[in-house]
Amino acid sequence: MKQIVVISGKGGTGKTILTASFAVLANNKIMVDCDVDAADLHLLLHPHIRERHEFRSGKTARLDKKICNRCGKCIVLCRFGAISDDLTIDPISCEGCGLCSHVCPSGAITMEENIAGEWFISDTKYGPFIHAKLGIAEENSGKLVAKIRQVSKDMAEKGRFDYVIVDGPPGIGCPVIASLSGVDCALVVTEPTLSGLHDARRVIEVCAYFKVPVKMVINKYDLNIDISKEIEAYSQSANIEVAGKIRFDSSIPKTLVKGITAVEGASEAVIREIKDIWKKISI
Amino acid sequence: MIISVASGKGGTGKTTIAVNLALSLSNVQFLDCDVEEPNAHIFLKPEIREKFLAFIPVPEVDEAKCNACGKCREVCAYHAIAVIPPGDSGKGSVLVFPHLCHGCGACSLLCPQKAIKEVNKEIGVVEIGQARGMQFIHGKLNVGEIMSPPLIRQVEDRIDSDKTVIIDAPPGTSCPVIAAVKKSDYCILVTEPTPFGLNDLVLAVEVLRKMKILFGVVINRSDIGDDKVERFCQDNKIPILMRIPFDKEIALLYSRGIPIVQEKTEYKDRFRNMFNKIKERL
Ligand code: SF4
Ligand code: SF4
Ligand code: SF4
Ligand code: SF4
Repeated sequence: MKQIVVISGKGGTGKTILTASFAVLANNKIMVDCDVDAADLHLLLHPHIRERHEFRSGKTARLDKKICNRCGKCIVLCRFGAISDDLTIDPISCEGCGLCSHVCPSGAITMEENIAGEWFISDTKYGPFIHAKLGIAEENSGKLVAKIRQVSKDMAEKGRFDYVIVDGPPGIGCPVIASLSGVDCALVVTEPTLSGLHDARRVIEVCAYFKVPVKMVINKYDLNIDISKEIEAYSQSANIEVAGKIRFDSSIPKTLVKGITAVEGASEAVIREIKDIWKKISI
Repeated sequence: MIISVASGKGGTGKTTIAVNLALSLSNVQFLDCDVEEPNAHIFLKPEIREKFLAFIPVPEVDEAKCNACGKCREVCAYHAIAVIPPGDSGKGSVLVFPHLCHGCGACSLLCPQKAIKEVNKEIGVVEIGQARGMQFIHGKLNVGEIMSPPLIRQVEDRIDSDKTVIIDAPPGTSCPVIAAVKKSDYCILVTEPTPFGLNDLVLAVEVLRKMKILFGVVINRSDIGDDKVERFCQDNKIPILMRIPFDKEIALLYSRGIPIVQEKTEYKDRFRNMFNKIKERL
């Protein structure tokens, strides 16, 4: 079994569009959306939810004003500024550390478990799909990512699937790190812009830090040929294979609006480019 | 006045809007709070004059005082401490996993033996400089580090409220965005007219409603998709502050790290108008 995660550092480089195309091209695979903050892959895969699970994680402090003796200890000691002077706890600021509940002399603060989101096992016409939805303004997206990565890995091992294909989160922080654990290949999708190159480099550093093998894709490569060349030079010096390039093509946003994958509706040239990429990373 | 620029997903043009708005106004302080992938410096090319390392406090255990009672492990909500109980092999010991620590201070405060003191752990850097007449500040998270909110807070500790503060927020809808937009008077949400753009806009709107922050929408590449974003805004009475059509010239400028208003000066007025619209709403 091979686990592939598609990431980009910077958002909007075409990561999800490419991942969705792999859903069409790959045989015997499980699709996973780890961009739990702003999940989009379902818009192209059209899942039917088969199982729905609550994701419980983290806690929030709750203060009972009837028991509180107004000593003010909790206000001073909370490092996240979550308790106001009139003893109201802001659930968004509260990091759930529990310090206040431990120090309160009158036992007025209890810690309550959060329902931080939901995760799903779904059927799609391309095969099983595991995805999640983080609650609004919830923390712990890293833990939710770790959870669905684990679920998909177990399922793939049991069902003898050949591939687990993951749409990864943006950035370089905790959700990305959680999505990288144990993968065989991180495919970094970038675009020929100075910001795209900058962010790809940062996320590649993260992959190197966690010893994850990397390949690159340059999307919209003909938008700025000079920077595309710069990216290729960088990848050569860093010993990273460029698995392929995709042209800038107005047929791609059109497939998006229709809710279909690029390989099912974009121009033939684009389809060929994406198929070549899949060939290179699937072996 | 503090204006943040955010978006449910990355790559919609958030940094473009933040940078060009800032360049169209005077007396500006610019904060790049997208500390995982800061980009604004590529466009503003600031001259960095000061650097501060950013830390969070993590525990350090004095083995001589610790009796391995296990209290610290019990109070740590993030499993950042493990205690090996005393046994045949010795008096027991404490292991700290600094990567998991949120720096809440519970363990050091509650250790009965007063065996824990806090030491600083570096998580990134805050850089301050000047760029085209504005004050520029950004944070850069160290690679491999997961705690971006404390770094974002340390960038925002430097807000100068005598200035018009423009914040480039991180993408998404979870902890880093919340940390970044929390102090703002108004938030500009940048999206594009595709199903992805709409999906992520709906989530971002929910976040801002929950936080009770006023907001409006900028539709970038406004002619590449359909009209569902427009309709969503209308139905929910969300003001559309500006529409920027797709323009290959703008895409090229972006790719080379050049702000739009530098080459297409007519955009300065558009950004100023948007700013005035926002001012009226506050
Ligand atoms: S649990 Fe921690 S963050 Fe939440 S209010 Fe209490 S001390 Fe503050
Ligand atoms: S520490 Fe307890 S008793 Fe004191 S103000 Fe806080 S809630 Fe009230
Ligand atoms: S609470 Fe203090 S004494 Fe107890 S195990 Fe932790 S460091 Fe050691
Ligand atoms: S400071 Fe808080 S999070 Fe860090 S180890 Fe101590 S109790 Fe755990």
